[in-house]
Order: sequence, then C-alpha cells, then structure tokens
Amino acid sequence: MSGNMNLTLKVWRQKNSKATGKFVTYKTDDISPDMSFLEMLDVVNEGLVKKQEEPIQFDHDCREGICGSCALMINGQPHGPKKATTTCQLHMRSFNTGDTIVIEPWRSVAFPVVKDLAVDRSSLDRIQHAGGYVSVGTGGVPDANEIAIPKTIADEAFNSATCIQCGACVAACKNASAMLFVSAKVSQYALLPQGQTERYERAIAMVNQMDTEGFGGCTNTYQCEAECPKEIKVTNIARMNREYFNAEFLKDKKA
Amino acid sequence: MLNSKIPAGPLAQKWSKHKFDLKLVNPANKRKYDIIVVGTGLAGASAAASLAELGYNVKAFCFHDSPRRAHSIAAQGGINAAKNYRNDGDSVHRLFYDTIKGGDYRAREANVYRLAEVSVNIIDQCVAQGVPFAREYGGLLDNRSFGGAQVSRTFYARGQTGQQLLLGAYSALNRQINLGTVKMYTRSEMLDLVTIDGQAKGIVTRNLITGAIDTHSAHAVLLCTGGYGNVFYLSTNAMYSNVTAAWRAHKRGAFMANPCYTQIHPTCIPVSGDHQSKLTLMSESLRNDGRVWVPKTVETAEKIRKGEIKAKDIAEADRDYFLERKYPSFGNLVPRDVASRNAKICCDENRGVGKSGLAVYLDFADSIKRLGQPAVAARYGNLFDMYSQITDENPYESPMRIYPAVHYTMGGLWVDYNLMTTVPGLYALGEANFSDHGANRLGASALMQGLADGYFVIPYTVGDYLATIGPAPVDANHPAFAATKKEVEDKINTFLSLKGTKTVDEYHRDLGKLIWEYCGMSRTAEGLQKAKQLVQALKADFWKNAIVVGANEEVNQCLEKAGRVADFIELGELMIDDALDRNESCGGHFREEYQTPEGEALRNDDDFAYVAAWEFKGENTPEELHKEQLIFENVKLSQRSYK
Repeated sequence: MSGNMNLTLKVWRQKNSKATGKFVTYKTDDISPDMSFLEMLDVVNEGLVKKQEEPIQFDHDCREGICGSCALMINGQPHGPKKATTTCQLHMRSFNTGDTIVIEPWRSVAFPVVKDLAVDRSSLDRIQHAGGYVSVGTGGVPDANEIAIPKTIADEAFNSATCIQCGACVAACKNASAMLFVSAKVSQYALLPQGQTERYERAIAMVNQMDTEGFGGCTNTYQCEAECPKEIKVTNIARMNREYFNAEFLKDKKA
Repeated sequence: MLNSKIPAGPLAQKWSKHKFDLKLVNPANKRKYDIIVVGTGLAGASAAASLAELGYNVKAFCFHDSPRRAHSIAAQGGINAAKNYRNDGDSVHRLFYDTIKGGDYRAREANVYRLAEVSVNIIDQCVAQGVPFAREYGGLLDNRSFGGAQVSRTFYARGQTGQQLLLGAYSALNRQINLGTVKMYTRSEMLDLVTIDGQAKGIVTRNLITGAIDTHSAHAVLLCTGGYGNVFYLSTNAMYSNVTAAWRAHKRGAFMANPCYTQIHPTCIPVSGDHQSKLTLMSESLRNDGRVWVPKTVETAEKIRKGEIKAKDIAEADRDYFLERKYPSFGNLVPRDVASRNAKICCDENRGVGKSGLAVYLDFADSIKRLGQPAVAARYGNLFDMYSQITDENPYESPMRIYPAVHYTMGGLWVDYNLMTTVPGLYALGEANFSDHGANRLGASALMQGLADGYFVIPYTVGDYLATIGPAPVDANHPAFAATKKEVEDKINTFLSLKGTKTVDEYHRDLGKLIWEYCGMSRTAEGLQKAKQLVQALKADFWKNAIVVGANEEVNQCLEKAGRVADFIELGELMIDDALDRNESCGGHFREEYQTPEGEALRNDDDFAYVAAWEFKGENTPEELHKEQLIFENVKLSQRSYK
C-alpha cells in the first residue's frame, strides 16, 4: 500500500568520518501516513538501490523504541516533533503532504559521523566501562528477597534505568553535554542499596570519563529532558552533582 | 552418532552430579585459554562476563555499536523462576513439568530440569547487579502469572524486563572490559567459523565500518547469536537479527536441529500495509485482563471491515469469545501456539476484523469496568501507549486489534547437555540453540534460558572441554585461517558483482511471504512441497538478479543484507524439509493432516519423539537427517489439554 503524501527530504550525506558531508535533496511522493519515519526512509532507499545508488545510512534495529539505535535529528529536533517518542516510533501522520523535512545526524564532538546519518556513540559505552556497574561476580550472591527495597526508591531507580542510550540528550544540548545520560546511570545505582559501596568511586570515574570523551558541561537549559524519548528527568543531574561533590569532598578528607 | 551426554542418575541430581564429574581448569591455567563469544545479548553478555570473571581471556563480538542494543532488550513480559515466593505451590519440578508440557513433549527432560533448577539463581544474580525488578510495598519482589502458568512465578520490570536484564548483564560485561579481561569488538559481524582438524579454533569477521576482514583464534567459540525469526521477513525480531553466524557454522559441521519449530506470538499489532518493515509485539500479559473475540457471523465481520459499524456497536450476543468458548478452564490464557492458531482459524473463516480482515479483537472494556481505567492503565499503560502510537487508535475506548506474528524460534543449532554443538569446541547458547523449549516456548522462558546458559551452565561445561584439549596456544598462522578468510572474501566479491534489477529487500520480502504462507502457522505436505520449489527458484534468481551496490571497504548496508538474506534463503529450504519430515503436529509445528477431531495438534509419539538434527552435505545437496531419540522417564506423555 503506497500512500499519497509528497515530501521533500534534505538529507545529510557523508561518505565516512573523514569525508566532507553535504545536504542532498530527495523528492518522494508515495508515502503513507501509516508508515513509520524509518519505513519512509526504507522506501527512499529502495528507490536509490533500484537506481544502483548508495542508500542512506542510518542506525536502527528494534523499531520498537527500546534498543536506542535510531538517532535522527528531524527538522532540528532529536527524534522529531513528537514528545517521548523515538524516531522509529514516529509516524508520517505527524507530517503533512508537501512538507520539507531536514534530516541530520546527531551533532557532537563525542559522536563522530560514521556515514550519512549514523554516528559513533561508543563514548557512551566507555563512560559505563569506567564504573557503570555493581562489582559483583556471578554466583555467591544473597537470595533476591534478602535485599528489601522500598517501592518508592525502587520505582525512582527504575525511572532512571529506563534510559535507552540513544544520545538524544547530547544532540539536544547546545553544549553537547551528556549529563542527563550519565546522571541517569549514576542515579540508578546511587538510589539502590546494591550500589552503595561504590557510589562515590563510581560518580568520580564516570564523570571523569565523560569529560575525557569531550562532552560539554551542563548549563541548566533542560533541553535534554524536553527531548528525551524516555522522559528522564533533570533531577538526575542534580543528584549526580551531589554524588560527585560528596565524592570529591570525601576523597580529600581521606587524603 | 549423536551423543546428548545426558548424565545418568535421578533427574533432580543429574546436574549436581555432572558438575562434579566435569573436569576443572587450574586457576593459574585459565588465563592461557582464549574464548570467543559471538553475540552479546543476554546469553552472550552473561557468558562473556562470567567466563572472564573465572579468569579466561574473552574476546566478545557484536554487530551493533553497543552490546546494549542486542535484541534481548526488546523482551517485555518477564522472566520465570521457581522461587515460590507466592506460596502458591510452585517448585523446580513444577516449572520443569510446565516447560516440558508447554513444549509439547519435544524437549529433553534433563536440559529442562536444569533450566528450572538454575532459574532461582538468575533472579538472585540480577538483583545483586541492581536490576530494578518490580517490588511490592513491603520492599520484596513482585510476581505475576504469565503465559498460561497457573502459578505466579514471573518476575518483571514494568514492560521492559528484557532491557533491564540485559543492562544487568551488560554492566557485568562492562566491568570485565574495564578490567581488561574482555576485549570487546563492536560493529563486527562473524562471517565464518574456522575449524582445524574438525575442532572450532576461531572465526572470521567483517568490520562493519571499514570492511576489514579479520581472523581471530581461540580455544573455544560460543555462538550466542539469537534466533532466525527474520527468515519470515516480517517478525517481531529486530531488523538486524539474522542467522548468518549460526548458518555459516552449520555449513562447517554444526547440525541444525528442529528448524521448523517456530513460535508465532498471538498478541502483535496487525500489518498495516506493504511498507511494513517489522511487526510489534505487545506483551501477552495483556491476555490476563483482555478478552479475545471476533463477530459471530461473517456478515457482521464484513460490516466491520467495510467500516460501516464499530466494535462497540456489536451486541454481546453477537460476539464470539472463541478462546473462552473452546477452552473454558484456560480461556484467554492458553499457550501461544493455541491462541495464535485459533485467531488464524477465525480469520480463515472470514470473521477477522480491521480493514484487512487479518485481526481479532482484544477487548479491555470488562476489565476497565471491573478495575477502573487507572488500574488498567497502571498495568498496561505503556502497551496501550505503544498501540495508539502505531495505530492511531485509543484502546481504552475501542478494543485493540491483534494478529499473530513470528516471535521466537525454538529450533537452532543442535547441542549436547554441555551446550556443545557437533563441532568440538563450538558451543551455542540462548535462542541460537535448540535445547530447552521443545516445539513451543512458554512465556517468560526465553530470558530465563539465555541467562541460565550464560551465567550458570557454560562456565562449568566449557572448562571440561578446555581441560581436555590443554592450554597450548592456538596457532593463529595455521593455514585454515587464511583459507577460511579467502573463502569469505570470495563470497563478498560475488555479492558485490550482483548488479541485477531486484533489491535484496525484495527477495527477503518474497522469501518471508512464502515461508509464512507454507511453513507458518499451519502446514501441509502439498504446500511444503510447492514451497520447496519456490524457494529453490528464488535462490537461483537471487544469485542472478539481485542488486548489491557499493564496495567492501566502507559501511555497506546492501552487502550486509545480501549475506544475511542469502543465508535465510538456504535456511528457509531446510525449514521446509524439516516440516515435511515431521509427519505429526506438535507445538508450533501444525500439520493440517494431523489434528484431533477438535482441531488440536495431534502428536505421533511412536514415530516422532525425536530431535531432527540436520547435517550440511554440500551446496545444493540434500541435508542428511540424524535423529536423537527423546526419552521421557519422569513425565507421562499426554495430549495437551487446555479445555
């Protein structure tokens, strides 16, 4: 079932991380409002391949809004116009026929372009390598119900744990700050009893790695919260700052 | 020829005894062994982390940019464990029994019992890692009943249990990466297995950014690469999920078991048009409070399809709550295969709803009346939101439309009790193997199996093999590495030379339609024979007429897809062979010729209580069937009844 929406797409095309990129315009006229945004791009790509041209590269996988792969800047907004929605869950009914849509990759020093609309977000992994875990090995742990956690605390930790690591917070931020992402991770463990023993070392290690990766600082604009598809709250940032300052303070005391 | 290595002795003591009998690797020697883990979803991440903790050198590979994106992340409903925290009569034996019965008596008793046994450790492990399971006000863990189980043994984390469990395993993996015990290779796709003297000694990978073809050596290789549901093109699997690693290993000697056992999940959002790229599953927990129905008559259904009337215009007396009618004791909570097939029957009777007629209703009106909208929203709010986002309809006001979709594959690489394939040194874990779910998987059991294999089985069993072969380094300069690499490069060049007229996606869609039609929810010998010819023709056409643009030395999605679809086509043919061979109905494999007078799956235990393990015999040559007889000593085989 093809549809009847006509669209003009201005898409960022860039051969690889070293090449110079540019916007290329594509016209498409058989788009259904029931298509997802990525299915619309599938249609465009199918047409390009038919002409033996290279399809537009973009990251995607689950198309259910949970893997965090998709990452498109649509008309200047990470994941497009719909609140609390990833690109893959955005449908063309959010647009009108005749629209011009500008599609770009995330823009941040810490997210170099891989090709076209796909970027390298391994910096977010490295921040977690630095301390995003509880140091517990397999086996020898207590029975699950020996660790009672008040429901309110568990729910709050869960809210932080819903982050899908898409990087929209960084893309939304004028400073390309990753504070929302990192603070969500720090918060989950800082709230839970399992995370207590390493909470301060963790905050320092993750913040230091975040700085090393080249992310900017937070200047409290809250654009990250507005664009986060999982509605992670900026209160996490306040919590992380508290963790970090406590950690720095305690470190000095020990010294 | 097939030796399942199931330990002797009473069922409940097999695993304990086996663990004691397995050889151990001296702690000082562990660091002399290299282990490759391919795929870092639940099975792979948990295995890589656990093996690194033991002291082995682990090299882990995934084709995503981050292990956290593996498709395990999309699991919604929950994970089973025989904790009996509810005091409602659960036990290891009951979880074992439910799983064997749910699998329609086509799984190994010993494997399933072990799965039930270690299930309790998984929950402890995940909680210790900081996985935020749902809790009650007293602070202890909450449970729910799930997927037809009559006890509440499912642990859950809102509608995203898979994400939270994967983040737990990923955090354990991250810790080992930071310690330097795991070397993580992201955006790397395994394209072949390297064997030396018949033993797995390494893999060939393609770097998906640069196109570099690399070889990696190790003492053992673990495939944790998930299932093959995307052979159907439309499935609930993620777009990149594929069979390539398992299939290439199959062509190097690993038998493929029961490929025709595929699971069709009943509660998915129906297809909206030809543009559809994948299907979205909604947790079957919806069936706890939703009632499934279609109009009683074709005439009423026709009016619905034309948009002349709406669901709520249909009087109670004109509705057919077909699951409640046919299965009064289980009602809407019958197992997945039964629920799916009955939805198909209603649609085949022309009583389906929605524009296409390929949907049935899942109605929450009664639950909203009984519990109130806020309570229903608290239980299913995220699923309702997802549904309305995709369909633009409000499920609080009108019933959801659902239709079955391919969701999981019970078949996979044949493994013995130690999870080793027929290639010594090559293991398969999680959905990639065939071992624990028989012909039908129960809800909330996939997460359990992935983590059981990774955290609690492979750390014991791999040591036995490693101790046997000894710690001498694998010769990375052995000619087998260069030879296998050359074969991979040649294959890539063949793909890149395809400059036909039909896109790889078009072939994939054609394949999917064909397999869905003839080897999907119900199958016949006649249909399967026809499908075999169609698949062979599709394969021949693919190698003549496909389009692959671009070069190897760059990011090239056409090339990636071509390799995966070519493998799916070959697998599709084997699925058909397997479905043809199995002249009975069981679980997800329903042959129309074999059904009870009431239309239920009719097994033939005398002739088909075996695992079908297929051996690759060369390109365009029929595969050879090997049979592993299933022996049931602890359960009595019976006709599944959910009446």
